[in-house]
Amino acid sequence: MTTTTLAVLVPLLPFLGSVAGLLLGRTAPGYVRPLAVLPTVAAAVLAVVVAVRQGGGKAIDAATQLTPTGSVPIDLSLYIDGFAALVAVLVGVVATCVQIYSTGYLREDPRYASYAALVSLFTSAMLLVVYSGDLMVLLVGWEIMGICSYFLVGHYWETPEARAASLKAFLVTKLGDVPFLIGLFALATDAGTFQITGVLGAVARGEIDHPTVIALLLLAGVAGKSAQFPLHTWLPDAMAGPTPVSALIHAATMVAAGIYFTARLLPVFAASAAAMTVLAVMAAITMVGSALAALAQDDIKRVLAYSTIGQLGYMAGALAVGDRGSAVFHLLSHGAFKALLFLAAGTVIHAAGTNSLTAMSRMSGLAKRIPDAYWTMTVALLALAAIPPFAGFFSKEAVLVAAEHTALGERTVAPAGAGWTVLVAGLLTAFLTAAYALRLWLRTFRGRGAEAPDHGRQPIAMTSVLWVLAVPSLGFGLAVTYLDDWFDGNDLTPTVTTAVLGTGLAAAGAVITYALWRTLAARTRVTAAAQAPAPHVAHPDADAGLVEAEALHLPHPAEDPADPGRALLGPLHGPASDGFHLDAVYRAAFVRPVLAAASLVRFLDREVVDTYVRAAGTSAKGLGWLVRRAQTGNVQTYLSALLAGSVVLAIVAVALANAVAGA
Amino acid sequence: MHLAYPAVLAALLFAIGVYGVLARRNAILVLMSVELMLNAVNLNLVAFDVWLRDTLHAGQALTLFTIAIAAAEIGIGLAIVLMVHRNRGTSDIDRLRDTAEPPQPWDTATEDGATTDDTPTGEKAEATA
Amino acid sequence: MILAAARHVAQQAAQQPVLNQEAHGFLSPTGVEIAFLLVGLVTLGAALVTVTTRQLVHAALWLVVALGGLAVEYLILTAEFIAWVQVLIYVGSVVVLLLFGLMLTKAPIGHSPDADSRNRPVAAAVALAAAGALVWVVVDAFRTTWIDLDGAVQGSTEVSGEILFRHWVLPFEALSVLLLAALVGAIVLSRRKKEEQR
Repeated sequence: MTTTTLAVLVPLLPFLGSVAGLLLGRTAPGYVRPLAVLPTVAAAVLAVVVAVRQGGGKAIDAATQLTPTGSVPIDLSLYIDGFAALVAVLVGVVATCVQIYSTGYLREDPRYASYAALVSLFTSAMLLVVYSGDLMVLLVGWEIMGICSYFLVGHYWETPEARAASLKAFLVTKLGDVPFLIGLFALATDAGTFQITGVLGAVARGEIDHPTVIALLLLAGVAGKSAQFPLHTWLPDAMAGPTPVSALIHAATMVAAGIYFTARLLPVFAASAAAMTVLAVMAAITMVGSALAALAQDDIKRVLAYSTIGQLGYMAGALAVGDRGSAVFHLLSHGAFKALLFLAAGTVIHAAGTNSLTAMSRMSGLAKRIPDAYWTMTVALLALAAIPPFAGFFSKEAVLVAAEHTALGERTVAPAGAGWTVLVAGLLTAFLTAAYALRLWLRTFRGRGAEAPDHGRQPIAMTSVLWVLAVPSLGFGLAVTYLDDWFDGNDLTPTVTTAVLGTGLAAAGAVITYALWRTLAARTRVTAAAQAPAPHVAHPDADAGLVEAEALHLPHPAEDPADPGRALLGPLHGPASDGFHLDAVYRAAFVRPVLAAASLVRFLDREVVDTYVRAAGTSAKGLGWLVRRAQTGNVQTYLSALLAGSVVLAIVAVALANAVAGA
Repeated sequence: MHLAYPAVLAALLFAIGVYGVLARRNAILVLMSVELMLNAVNLNLVAFDVWLRDTLHAGQALTLFTIAIAAAEIGIGLAIVLMVHRNRGTSDIDRLRDTAEPPQPWDTATEDGATTDDTPTGEKAEATA
Repeated sequence: MILAAARHVAQQAAQQPVLNQEAHGFLSPTGVEIAFLLVGLVTLGAALVTVTTRQLVHAALWLVVALGGLAVEYLILTAEFIAWVQVLIYVGSVVVLLLFGLMLTKAPIGHSPDADSRNRPVAAAVALAAAGALVWVVVDAFRTTWIDLDGAVQGSTEVSGEILFRHWVLPFEALSVLLLAALVGAIVLSRRKKEEQR
């Protein structure tokens, strides 16, 4: 088979698997697991084959037109360069891991069939976005991801949190998608084509008339999808979905779509210095803010969600300095270790019976209960904190190097101010990242108090996947020397300055956090023992998914003085734990006006429009009443009226005839 | 002879017939008034036939036909009146008011047709007896 | 317009008779006209009594006078055959039928105060309006039109029979079928049902 055929099969297989899963889910439950796992595995294998055949060389470009679509043609086209091939491999591998993990995690979930089908559909949509060479087809995948995300976040729709979170995820991403759509149209109008190659050619020839407007409109969609400030608020709330969903959608793939899209169309953004500056500022605020918020969260998954936002900020920062190689490099490594972090967190929640870090810090021996999750999570957290030689170090260094080069004027793709912004924010975030990574690790696995409950080993489907993902988290960075050829050819290897600065700051963050933890732990030891055991799920032997769904309800324990994050943040802790009150801002800026407008519309409808409607009915009824009065049943009355009418008509006719004849 | 004489006579006779049809209560008297109206038309037909000297004498022929039809009409009409009288005990046409809408206050004249069906059933039953 | 057209036609048709009858005057009635007028007044009066009297049987009898007066008018208009048919059918059969009808419906003999319905004022208004409109139109249209009654008799039995059975045979036969149908219908309607006979 040709590479093109294989590439077509990559998104197609999960799609077919999803359709079959939806159709057969109720009638043949036995086929659901194979139908969920096998197409995804096949797609992952095929993606690897495509990547090997493409080999980072010349891009594969194939297009076919289904039907003429007016002035701007829409083609079913493939455009596979090194970026696409590698991202597709990431998507395939993570999706495979998630599907396998889900078979264990949602073993007894009654809605597993639809869940697995939606995950497959989501995978297919992401692969479509990755491979598509046509912006309209890409948009199709983009929107399918949005709706799948809505369904999957709302998987536990019995809980109000999940319902609210799914709606929020949908609406906030849509808030970005509307300008995104307009931007796509504007771009296609200027370029005369939806083909990515054609658009890039038009940019190279300088045919785009309004680069800033288009870039800013597209940025809105990217910010919504990739959870960048100020449209990031949906991502922490989306943790109400099952953990595998968080791993797949909200860490490794969907949020990556925005970064990937920007990377593809980077020349369009680079054509406007203003857009690059906006992107840089956006990335900087996102990075620092989310890192601060992560440090203050109590829910383990929300910590990871904020860290995802922060890492996405790194990628956006890399794009803001015009280096898409390092952005996609960080996307790949982050996809691996963040998926691992989430899946391991799922295991932790299952074992601890709670998702609260405070509650976990009052349990001892959690690491012994789940050794696989303990070790792999350690690896992943080291990668997240960018400690050499883990994957995160290399990719983050690549970003910082690009920012440094831009700041110092060695690269001229983006303005130097953008470079400085990204560099400073990146270094600050490196410090904070290490701090919250260590805080997470300490509070999860180094808790003191009652012995953690023991309910046997985790299913092999869940633990094996963790180790599979631990491999790239550990070793992917070593492939850095080979990756240059796949990307633009920019050097991705770390330089001494940034490596020392970044790692030094990370180490400093870690050391400060550890020191704080030790002092606080010593100070609060007496009181901690006296405290009542933290609330956790009553019957932790149940299915992991059920435990998590119930853990959503648990009240989070009162403020814990032993939390090093609180001490580190000081007065910032309150706002940070609340996401810097951005939700309140949104409520004031959007929700309240919309509700007010809705009540106004309701008032207009009830009191004004309905008045007319009711009046129409009443007047018709009144007329009917009048006419009924005429229905006396007396034939002579009827006949009188009839004859009187005819006499009048005859007189009128005669008079008219005379008038006409006389005139 | 001036044509206006028979024409005006016919018009007046017709008007008298109209009055009778509209004002009389007994159905047989109404039929009499109808006869008057028919005869007014006949007079017109004859007068115009004579005036125009029609070779086919269409006016006179039609007059004869009208007389015949009037005879048939009076036969059928009387039969109907007899039947109504036999069934209802009256031949007063202003008492035969089955098609009247039952009187209702206009705000209760709602959509449900069930209430409107109730009242006339008694008379209907009587009519079919 | 209709009025104007009718007047035009009337003038054309009356052209020839008018030529040698210039002597006709509107206010100088001939003997025939006086006779017609007198009989007409009687007829109108009888008709008026027919529709206003409160004695039902009297109404039928006054109807005889009105219909008979009309028969005389037909004679004056030289339509002999129709006059006799009028007497035969209307006075002879129709009024007899009506009297039978009155009898069978147990109509009160003598003064019956409720002979008129409450619709009477409306009926009078409509009738007056209709009369006014018709008379106005007719007088306006035929003001200068005269009938020539001096020529050959136009409505003798011979003439009527000839045109009836030469030119109007088919309608005549159709009419006989209609009469038959009416006859059958009247019998069916007025026949008592068997259950009621018991």
